[in-house]
Order: sequence, then structure tokens, then C-alpha cells
Amino acid sequence: MARDMSDKEILKMELEQLKKEVSTTRTPLLANCAETVTFVEELLPNDPLIKGVPDDKNPYKGDKGGCIIT
Amino acid sequence: MRSPLIPEMATQEVQLNETLVHLKTESETLKSKLEEERAKLHDVELHQVAEKVDGLGQFVMKTRRTLKGHGNKVLCMDWCKDKRRIVSSSQDGKVIVWDAFTTNKEHAVTMPCTWVMACAYAPSGCAVACGGLDNKCSVYPLSLDKNENLAAKKKSVAMHTNYLSACSFTNSDMQILTSSGDGTCALWDVESGQLLQSFHGHAADVLCLDLAPSETGNTFVSGGCDKKANVWDMRSGQCIQSFETHESDINSVRYYPSGDAFASGSDDATCRLYDLRADREVAIYSKDSIIFGVSSVDFSLSGRLLFAGYNDYTINVWDVLKGTRVSILFGHENRVSTLRVSPDGTSFCTGSWDHTLRIWA
Repeated sequence: MARDMSDKEILKMELEQLKKEVSTTRTPLLANCAETVTFVEELLPNDPLIKGVPDDKNPYKGDKGGCIIT
Repeated sequence: MRSPLIPEMATQEVQLNETLVHLKTESETLKSKLEEERAKLHDVELHQVAEKVDGLGQFVMKTRRTLKGHGNKVLCMDWCKDKRRIVSSSQDGKVIVWDAFTTNKEHAVTMPCTWVMACAYAPSGCAVACGGLDNKCSVYPLSLDKNENLAAKKKSVAMHTNYLSACSFTNSDMQILTSSGDGTCALWDVESGQLLQSFHGHAADVLCLDLAPSETGNTFVSGGCDKKANVWDMRSGQCIQSFETHESDINSVRYYPSGDAFASGSDDATCRLYDLRADREVAIYSKDSIIFGVSSVDFSLSGRLLFAGYNDYTINVWDVLKGTRVSILFGHENRVSTLRVSPDGTSFCTGSWDHTLRIWA
């Protein structure tokens, strides 16, 4: 547990982790960002919070139930 | 007579200090190398690539339901997969299950501790998990019988040595992932309470976690008081990637719908987006006028919008691609402490220190 570790142990843990991370495979941003944009554009038309939902299908618009007094 | 131990102790102390200094220097060198490697791939900014994307129109998002019933600060909430039920937990020690459409309370459990900081709905909808200052995560099966005492069926699953900050079921009701103030995350078997895997790497309290969307494999991301966001392999327990660009505690982390990125919200008043393939931060969502910490973040279905709850009682809605704020929502009368978009993306729910939950659409 981090709270019970001495400063030295924490540093050693960080060091081991850094050594591993330096050799991770990475890809350039241009390709990744382009993919992200494509991903969003594909799903955008079906995003209810952006495109809205017709009132008759929206469970939150309209009455949440009540009684009709005659 | 032997010479006194003091000179030996002095030498030992000098050696210890040298080792600490040596470790620190090596650490700094590796960090610089990591920065270099990451910078090499920084050929463009996300908002530049998104320049040709259409801007978003005006947003009209309002509170559609207000859930009242908690006696104190709401600390956490989660949606049921049925897209209408919600579980929430509070400082008053109560865990309540609501029907968001009708605002009816369906179940209520009183926990033996106050500050129930974490709660989660099981994928089946048949149970909820919660915990907090009791250092445990307990699972309560939800009974159809309203008169049944839920507390009697409680199952203690996780045991940490400090407070439970977050919990989440994995793909099934059978496993739970937890994060704790003791600096670790852990994966547990619900039935036996057995610890399946523990995750060490944070240097301080872990405050939040989020599981990768199931299609993208067995990883999860955690954020902590050490300002780091770590991505973990659930099977091996190894930390695969680590990001340290925030300037303060990370209160919330959330995977992007595609699973290739994640967002974080921090006490430094910013939200950030990290791309996992490029292994770097790709966007910061901030404004000079926003000075209060972010408590929770979540994405809309398409990943175009990022909703963030703040300690200044507001919710800011960000255009993920362009990096601009599209809307600011008012309504809560105290800090927004938790925020989740519904499973079908038609609404989102916020919980607040003002004792209420609100559904927005």
C-alpha cells in the first residue's frame, strides 16, 4: 500500500515503471486524431443529447404521471 | 570496547541519502526521455484536425427531474443498464435506488458508516455495490419484495486498509473493481470475496477508476492524489501507461466511447483528454474564468460532448474535438459531486452536495 511505503520504495516503484514506459509503442497524433474525428462524425447523428429526441419518445418530457380529477 | 555505532550509522545515512538522490536523478532522466519520445509524435493538435468539422448548434439542456430524499451530500451515483434506474449514495449513510422516469424511490439501504463515497449498479440490475469510510465494498442483492430488509442480505466483498473511493462491476455481477485511499486498486470475486488481482503504482490515494468499453479488452484507468492517471492490464496487474500532466488531484476518469482515449477531471480546474495510441495528452478543456475543481466527467454517446461537474455548482459542456465550451448549466445549489450519462445517451444525471440528484436532457 502506497501509504505504508517509504520514500525510497516509492521512488524505486516509479523508476521500474518509467523504464517500462519509455519503450512503449506510440503512433503519431495526426493519424490518431483523424480517427477520433471520423469516429465521432459517424456516431453524431445518433447522439440523443446532440440531435435531440422527438417529444413522444422522450421519457422526460411530458407528465411524469399524475391523477386526473374529474 | 568497540568504537561507538554512531560513525557507522552516519555512513549508513549518507548511503541512504545518496541512494535516494541517485534514484531521483535516474527518475528525472527517464521522465525527460519519456517526454522526448512523446513529443516526437506531437505533429498536430486535435482541434486543428477538427477545424473542418461543423460547429455545434445551441444547446437547450434543462433539469427534467429532481430526485429528493437524501439527508446529506450526494457523493456518487450510477445508472442501471435498463436506462431508467439509478443508485445513489450519500454522506448520510444511505444508498437509494430510484426510478428516474417517475422519481420514485424503489429501495433504500442504511449503511453502517457515513460517507458512502462509492456505489455501482450490477450489470444484471439485480444488485448494487457500495462502500466508503468503512474501507469495504459490500454488495446488496435487490429484492422485489419491498418489505424485505436488504441489509440482512449484505455481502462484504472488498477489504482495503483505507476508504473506498470508487467501485465498478466488470462485465458480470461476479467481479468488482475497487479503488481506495490506501493507494491501490483491486479486483475481487463477489461470491467468495477473494482478492483476484491488486494494482500497485499510485503514490497516494486513488480517487477514481473506469473500465475500458468491453470490446477493447481488459484494461482500466485510475486517477489519484499523486496527479497521475494510470492505465492497467487487469490480468497481469501491470501498469501499462501513465500520464502526469495535471497539476492537482485527479477526481474523475472516463474512457472515450471508442476505448482509444480517456478524459480526466481534476482539482486544477481542467479536464484533459489523453490518447492511448499516441501515449500523450491531446487536449485541455479549461478557461481562465473556471477556477474551481472538476469532480466528475462523462462523454455523450458519440464522444463529441464532454460533460463536467464542478465545485462551483455548475456543469460545463465541452466540444471534445474543438476544445471549446458549448454550454454552462446551472441548477445545483452546492458542489456537483458526481455525473454520469445514461446508458442510451438520452440524458445525464448529476448528484450534488445540495442533497439532490438532477436528470438533464
